Amino acid sequence: MTSHVTAADEHEHDHPTPGTYTKVGLVLFILTALEVALYEITFGEHAGALGDLTHVFIPMLLSLSAAKFALVAMFYMHLKQDSRLFTGVFVFPLIIAAVVILALAALMAYHMAFSKSGG
Amino acid sequence: MTDIAHPLAAPNPHLETSTGLDSRKLAIWTFLGSECMFFASLISTYVVYRGKSLVGPFPHTPWTDPATGQVYEPIIEIPLVTVGTALLLFSSLFIVLALYGAQKGNRKMLLGWLGATIMCGVFFVGMQVYEFTHFVHKGLTLQRNMFGASFFTLTGFHGTHVTIGVIWLLTMFVLALRKQLPPENAINLEMAALYWHFVDVVWIIIFPVVYLMQ
Repeated sequence: MTSHVTAADEHEHDHPTPGTYTKVGLVLFILTALEVALYEITFGEHAGALGDLTHVFIPMLLSLSAAKFALVAMFYMHLKQDSRLFTGVFVFPLIIAAVVILALAALMAYHMAFSKSGG
Repeated sequence: MTDIAHPLAAPNPHLETSTGLDSRKLAIWTFLGSECMFFASLISTYVVYRGKSLVGPFPHTPWTDPATGQVYEPIIEIPLVTVGTALLLFSSLFIVLALYGAQKGNRKMLLGWLGATIMCGVFFVGMQVYEFTHFVHKGLTLQRNMFGASFFTLTGFHGTHVTIGVIWLLTMFVLALRKQLPPENAINLEMAALYWHFVDVVWIIIFPVVYLMQ
């Protein structure tokens, strides 16, 4: 038992270095700048500069957000290095949360479409 | 009386738990899992009511009141909230550097980065207070329309979480100042840091969903 605990402890403390943290911070900053730039060239003052991006705007924005979320969870919250039990305890409700949001959005979209069609 | 040690005061390198992991850390992760569900309910409410407001002001488009002729300007101001987002992201970097300092016994690093994290948190809350006040002056209140109700509820709860995080980090800062946060007790700061990162990842979702999507 004790040896198992010690191994887990050692594994847990195998965290990244300040250099890695800073690199991740830089990537997070760039991804945020990309989000705002994407908004600007789609709806802002420079809208249309790269053509009509309205159809790809939401998928691209959500992809950037998901990448930022994953980086913070993996490196800053140490889920990449820590016990997988922590990952399970956090990710399982996270999946339920995402499904709840998507299901409600889809339900409301269906309801609106049904109402408009006069059904 | 003095013989009774505080449960968090002494180092405990050989934890006798069934999982082999620190139960406090498992507890904070379980709590954060439940918080995912909490914010999912608020975010889904915002998404469901998005674009359903019958009267303005609206987030991205102007609106003229047909009864009075008053023109309401779009509410959302991207530059201000981008600064707030950057502050929160930087604070996540600062808190991991503070935790690194705590784990290595580098008190100067711990205090410096922890202080910077707290400052970022205070500025973020200040930004949100300014934003809320500004929105109310522009005619958006909790009762005004669906956007106002869902926006203030979602961002208000997030702001409350940030405020609680700032208070938690302040207590860690005081402990560090009193030299009561040695490397053996760095787990105490790690739990606060996990909560702080969670507040950050929630904002990573709120920022595009509420402010950028049209």
